[in-house]
Amino acid sequence: MKALIETIVASLVDHPEDIVVTETEEDTKIVYHLTVNQEDVGKVIGKNGRIAKAIRTVVYAARTDAKKRIYLDIM
Amino acid sequence: MRELTASGQTVEEAVQSALEQLNTTRDQVEIDVIDEGKKGLLGVFGSKRAIVKVTIAKNQIQETEKFIKEVTGNMNIDVTIQTTVDGNHVTYELSGENIALLIGKRGQTLNALQYLVHLALNKDGKQFYTVTVDAEGYRGRRRDTLTSLASKMADKAIRLNKKVALEPMPAFERKIIHSALQEHGKVSTYSDGTEPHRHIVIKP
Repeated sequence: MKALIETIVASLVDHPEDIVVTETEEDTKIVYHLTVNQEDVGKVIGKNGRIAKAIRTVVYAARTDAKKRIYLDIM
Repeated sequence: MRELTASGQTVEEAVQSALEQLNTTRDQVEIDVIDEGKKGLLGVFGSKRAIVKVTIAKNQIQETEKFIKEVTGNMNIDVTIQTTVDGNHVTYELSGENIALLIGKRGQTLNALQYLVHLALNKDGKQFYTVTVDAEGYRGRRRDTLTSLASKMADKAIRLNKKVALEPMPAFERKIIHSALQEHGKVSTYSDGTEPHRHIVIKP
């Protein structure tokens, strides 16, 4: 899952080396927290959050056998 | 790092140093000579260093195909991709097992993926492409569904003599409906609302 997020985001940003994805497990969900280089923030969010929404849609679709919900937190 | 300006005693040296820093080979880059430099007197006085700009040229379309493979691989979906290029329009046809997972409800996931692919493809290339990502003929099936939906809704609009609003759709799906009803004499269509809630209205 982490690899998926990293792959997608790496294709969008100018500083792929600054991508950090951390995973925290909570009671009902698994939260992935994504941070990117300050300059790239706009590139992962997009106009009206359009890119962020697309990333989330793809990532949520990838949820496979895990029972918990996943949540992607950007910045 | 995809672009680098380097300098050296000669153009050749400058290019070599750039290639080393970019960690690549000559056949994968585009080289622009900014300044050819001057030898100067005895190589000491009045010499000017050569400056070149080296850009990693890559095949955007192939790179993007790899990107799709990686993304789907990370989703545990094994796909084969067939790529067709028609002018500046690129179509990636995905097929494989479990492809339904990739399409999602009403093509939601496929559309999101298509948008991301579009961004990845056009990120740092000089050439601009439009993209279609298709999965097991989904786009074709969707086109048929939308066309029949369009005529059904047009009938409804006429019967009720009232405007009929459809649910929000992405631009290329609205286009299918607009063109399906273009020849229809009794109704006209327009889009209303702002993205991502923009939807078609059929007016008798």
